[in-house]
Amino acid sequence: MSTQTSFVTPVAPLKPYASTAGAAVSSLSRREARERPRAIASPKDFRTEPGPVRFVIVALAVSFLTIFVVLPLVVVFASALSKGFGAYFAALAEPEALSAIRLTLMVAAISVGLNLLFGVIAAWAIAKFDFPGKTFLVTLIDLPFSVSPVISGLVFVLLFGAQGYWGTWLQAHNIHILFAVPGIALATIFVTFPFVARSLIPLMQEQGTQEEEAAISLGASGLQTFFRVTLPNIKWGLLYGVLLCNARAMGEFGAVSVVSGHIRGETNTMPLLVEILYNEYQFVASFAIASLLAMLALITLVVKTVLERRLDDEGQIPRNDSSDH
Amino acid sequence: MTIEVKNIVKKFSAFAALDNVDLKVGKGELLALLGPSGSGKTTLLRIIAGLDWPDAGEVRIDGEDALGHGASERHVGFVFQHYALFRHMTVFENVAFGLRVQPRAVRKDEAAIRARVKELLDLVQLDWLANRYPSQLSGGQRQRIALARALAIEPRILLLDEPFGALDAKVRKELRQWLRSLHSEIHVTSIFVTHDQEEALEVANRVVVMDKGRIEQIGTPGDVYDNPATAFVHGFIGESIVLPVEVSGGSVRLGGRPLNIAADGAASGASKLFVRRHDMQIGPAGTGSLEGAVRHVRSFGPIQRAEIALMGGEGKTVIEIDAPRDRELQAGEIISLQPRRYRIFAVQD
Repeated sequence: MSTQTSFVTPVAPLKPYASTAGAAVSSLSRREARERPRAIASPKDFRTEPGPVRFVIVALAVSFLTIFVVLPLVVVFASALSKGFGAYFAALAEPEALSAIRLTLMVAAISVGLNLLFGVIAAWAIAKFDFPGKTFLVTLIDLPFSVSPVISGLVFVLLFGAQGYWGTWLQAHNIHILFAVPGIALATIFVTFPFVARSLIPLMQEQGTQEEEAAISLGASGLQTFFRVTLPNIKWGLLYGVLLCNARAMGEFGAVSVVSGHIRGETNTMPLLVEILYNEYQFVASFAIASLLAMLALITLVVKTVLERRLDDEGQIPRNDSSDH
Repeated sequence: MTIEVKNIVKKFSAFAALDNVDLKVGKGELLALLGPSGSGKTTLLRIIAGLDWPDAGEVRIDGEDALGHGASERHVGFVFQHYALFRHMTVFENVAFGLRVQPRAVRKDEAAIRARVKELLDLVQLDWLANRYPSQLSGGQRQRIALARALAIEPRILLLDEPFGALDAKVRKELRQWLRSLHSEIHVTSIFVTHDQEEALEVANRVVVMDKGRIEQIGTPGDVYDNPATAFVHGFIGESIVLPVEVSGGSVRLGGRPLNIAADGAASGASKLFVRRHDMQIGPAGTGSLEGAVRHVRSFGPIQRAEIALMGGEGKTVIEIDAPRDRELQAGEIISLQPRRYRIFAVQD
């Protein structure tokens, strides 16, 4: 690089790198350099918007994001820390706060675990088999997204509440679903059901069944095929679905609010506690819990970006068909 | 190992993909299933492999009822058109897969598996790619790895679904020769599906021509080319000139004009005359059954290909013939044509 570059640079300042292959190249770049001035006087580029228009559009987008996304985030952390770190950690160490954190983690673990199972089964059924009512099932999977979370919660009240269909029977057998952990978990499972299935169906449909067929024809059993072929192929998509499912499970407010009963220290999840504390003018405590949820959101965002990149890599298989055979 | 298929019927809702198909494949054969898309050839292959199930009929592999076993128990090597390599595994692991999923009782130990994979990769001449991933290989390389993977389980029979369909012409040609020499080396009974007649005629020692779920003809490549059993086979294999004729009492007429050829026992009624392009004898005007004006001539290699507008008959019929270059044709020239070899098939329905 060094001698060649110093030889070429004065002649062709625009192309300092093009000179590793010796004289032929450097003479070429000299000729290019001679032709360059004409090339620079290229016609006006009509494909892009004029500079000021571009600037205004970018500025609008950035300021919108700042006002509606960045600012609220800053406010959450600023309010949480307004009385200093001592007050912040004291608020988080309150028994009520600890109980809410514990409950939220537990409900998230239950609903993510079950939805992982349901989601994989549903996606498997939809992507790999043809059966009557398949379109209907696909539509049904999206239902929790299109129904207001409050309604989702109410459904469980109607089913399991004292005046509900199974309420009397449940009471008679001393089984507590509503205003207890099972109710909260059920409502959360319902609301977060689509995430795993949704992220897997297109992926599995695109991958088709050929690799599975190949595995079976090579003598693999159904389970071997699933764990050795299907699962490795969908693992990033699965993680992506689990991540979104978890974020929603921890942050769910509407449905959980209806079925929880707001029993302090028992059935309050973090989002519910944030509201309660805020209504009681305990701003530091309220925002401290909220800051935990905000941090969860930020972590989710980072992991999501990483996963999306992985998914992209898996989808776009680099092709190299031109080499020898 | 022999394969026997009896009275196979397979319907996809109302559409009959396979309509009473019978087929016997002998030990060590390399058989081609040839037909246009939708002819049922891939369905037949998948039924033999156990990837599809027939509605009726029997499949026997080596005399043993295959329909009593799922695909994983049939010991059948299957090579997919789009390779279906496991994308998250290296080439080595792809080939080793069939050995690793065997039941513990019969599974080879790690050293034996490695030795076997090495042997197979040597066989397909790609041992240097062992640590690559499928996405890093060319199409031809992927197809050879897919073949090595299928051979790893020492299959009783080998089934290949359009094995070269997704490859470009040059690679396809190389792989054809390679497959034929591989087959003569390992001699496993093999069936491959193709829609490319050249591929079928060049590689297989027997060809099964299929159309609309039925077998039209089974024979050696020479047989199906020289003695096509049906109008479909004549039209599908090799280039043919097809003329609508009328047969009545031993004479053949084209557009009312009698042709100077024998009906060869063809039944009376509307028929089709099939002549290979190179089976038209050219003579000076007024000496043959057909007359026509040369519209266009292209010469290459040993032949000249001429476009000829036939005279008489209804409308303008343009045919293409291949003639040797001993007598150069000129555009605009009027010549006569006489079919040397031909077949007459009655028009169906």
